[in-house]
Amino acid sequence: MAIATDSSQPLTTADGTPLRQSLRRAERLNKLRAFGLVAPLFLFILVFFVFPIAKLASVSVDNSIVPEILTNTVEAIQDWDGTDLPPEPVWKAMAADLVEGKKNRNIAKVGKRLNFEKPGFRRLLIKSARKADKLEAPYKESLIKANKKWADPEFWRVLQRESGDYTFSYILRAVDMTYSEEGSVTMVDDKNAVYLDIFGRTLFISAQVTLTCLLLGFPIAYLLSTLPAKTGNMLMIFVLLPFWISLLVRTTAWIVLLQDQGVINSALIGIGVINEPLELIRNRVGVVVAMTHILLPFMILPLYSVMKGINPSLMRAAKSMGANPAIAFWRVYTPLTVPGIGAGGLLVFIISIGYYITPALVGGPKDIMASQLIDIQMNQQLNWNMASAIGVVLLAITLVLFAIYNRLVGIDRMKMG
Amino acid sequence: MSALPPYASPLEKAWFWTFRIGCGLILFFLIAPIIAVVPLSFNSQPYFTYPMEGFSWRWYYDFFDMCSTQDIVADYQMRFDAGEISDNPCPQTTSGVWLSTVKNSIIVAIFSTLLATTLGTIAAMGLSKGRFFGKGFVQAVLISPMIVPLVITAVGLFFFYSAADPGLRGFMEATGINWLTTTLFGTELGLTGSLMGLIMAHATLGIPFVVITVTATMVSFNQNLVRASLSLGASPVRSFFKVTFPLIIPGIFSGGLFAFITSFDEVILVLFLAGPEERTLPRQMFSGIREQLSPTIAAAAGLLVVLAIILMIVMELLRRRGERLRGIQS
Repeated sequence: MAIATDSSQPLTTADGTPLRQSLRRAERLNKLRAFGLVAPLFLFILVFFVFPIAKLASVSVDNSIVPEILTNTVEAIQDWDGTDLPPEPVWKAMAADLVEGKKNRNIAKVGKRLNFEKPGFRRLLIKSARKADKLEAPYKESLIKANKKWADPEFWRVLQRESGDYTFSYILRAVDMTYSEEGSVTMVDDKNAVYLDIFGRTLFISAQVTLTCLLLGFPIAYLLSTLPAKTGNMLMIFVLLPFWISLLVRTTAWIVLLQDQGVINSALIGIGVINEPLELIRNRVGVVVAMTHILLPFMILPLYSVMKGINPSLMRAAKSMGANPAIAFWRVYTPLTVPGIGAGGLLVFIISIGYYITPALVGGPKDIMASQLIDIQMNQQLNWNMASAIGVVLLAITLVLFAIYNRLVGIDRMKMG
Repeated sequence: MSALPPYASPLEKAWFWTFRIGCGLILFFLIAPIIAVVPLSFNSQPYFTYPMEGFSWRWYYDFFDMCSTQDIVADYQMRFDAGEISDNPCPQTTSGVWLSTVKNSIIVAIFSTLLATTLGTIAAMGLSKGRFFGKGFVQAVLISPMIVPLVITAVGLFFFYSAADPGLRGFMEATGINWLTTTLFGTELGLTGSLMGLIMAHATLGIPFVVITVTATMVSFNQNLVRASLSLGASPVRSFFKVTFPLIIPGIFSGGLFAFITSFDEVILVLFLAGPEERTLPRQMFSGIREQLSPTIAAAAGLLVVLAIILMIVMELLRRRGERLRGIQS
């Protein structure tokens, strides 16, 4: 301090530039270099991961097919105030669109889209398009003559609502919500509500699996961390080997064990405990058992690394002060393992939520999880927008959990093996 | 808990043994399914149940397409009838389906691992080197392929590939890259229904593992060694290859192994993105389990268990080497 005030000159480097400036430049260069090293990978992930997911999100709100095919109607219907029936220009535009749609053979496509909003729309459009050439002014009477349903203002209101390039119908439906006749958002009636049920079930199965993993993983992690290094490492093989074995092999193994003529049922019948084979597969038991087996290492490894770091003399201290071993364990040891429980539990929970293969192979129709639902919408119902909307909801749940994980555990501390 | 003191009370003794037996059962739970499935690959009958009828190599012969022609089958039948061999491993001709899926799996796994390891290692160096604006965010994005449900990634990539493919193929055609790859490898480059698309997709899945393991290795890496080498006149590139690289290679290798096994075991992206020509081994197993359990799946399982054991041993050796290297420097 005294030296600095003595010389009025600032500190400089050998070539005369002020030290502060020189340091700052070096620092900036360092930052730039670090960023430059990360950039190629970041770009790759952006193109092959972030962008595809953004694409999925855009498909989930995509409505471009309506303005594309019903161009004239969409433009004309904007001015309608929504009361009674639309004015004549809208009817005229619809007649023109029907003629065009019949010519291009794409009226069924937009029909399918609008049928999602209001059942009956597809048939209405297809039937009317068939008579499109006979329509004449005044178009209102002519269209109603062609199909009585056009007199129902509900169809026009739906069309007006869904005339933009984007729609939230799919996302709303993915959480069992829909537009009411007045256009406000409501829950769908009970017999059509399926999605929330499946999301709830997905979370419930994940919670069951996480809890079972904790119950089985905690004692093993404790055993491995307290045994002498040599025996501990030996037993670690039991945890690590399943970790490296193909998911499909492990799922096959569970089918072999759990099926009606499988190992467990044959053994139980053999020793006379039961007469009929127990139903262990194609139901919840199979899903939880197989998923627990597959995810158990993800619970054990973080727990183990936390328990390894707990000082054993803490327990001895507690006991020496008169705590009985069970209380010492519960009051002193267990609280110290909470970071491990949090890390392992969240990891298992996050992975379970997106599970597909195991429930698809060992689960029954009552164990369908969210990922399977996306597959069904994608490949069987061929409703790609709906598949994407379910995907967006599932993604949102996952990202919230990931954010919690990042906050509590920190991705820096994520370790493998 | 490691050993019971001689003065333990009966209650403590009882608890000690209950705990040990409980742990033994859980460890059994972890390993038993794998033990159960492997012997079935030697079942002479095409059933997936115990007790087995007899011993046979036939499912492994099927897996490796070793009875590809009618002549081989007839030859084995003759030797079996003559009593020269006790087990006829070739009751019928094999289709070679499994072997071609193994080939696809290996190609995809190797190239996606190379891509993930190269990009991932460079990025991990950057991440451990300095702090820059938005580092936490970048790190979270790089890890996210591990967290996001695979079905979502698969559907997103499906849309992305089918939207980007026409333009990409046009570009490849115009620049003559297609001509080059068709002459060299007999395949055009595209994303939908091509191995290249799978390689890119699997690389994103492997990247988090590489980033995590290499960053972890870099944390315990002594940066003074690099400073020392630079002060002695080595260029940054030379310093990297002579000093940094040999010390972090165990980390890179284990990250690469994770990436490899992730790709080799992955089936959901393949289900959505690959055509019938790009079937991989897990994909074949998946449809096999769905349609009808054939013991050839057990043979595949047996081989994958062997692969897992090898990988685990390699991993353990790498860990030990890493520890030894760190031991020297500290």
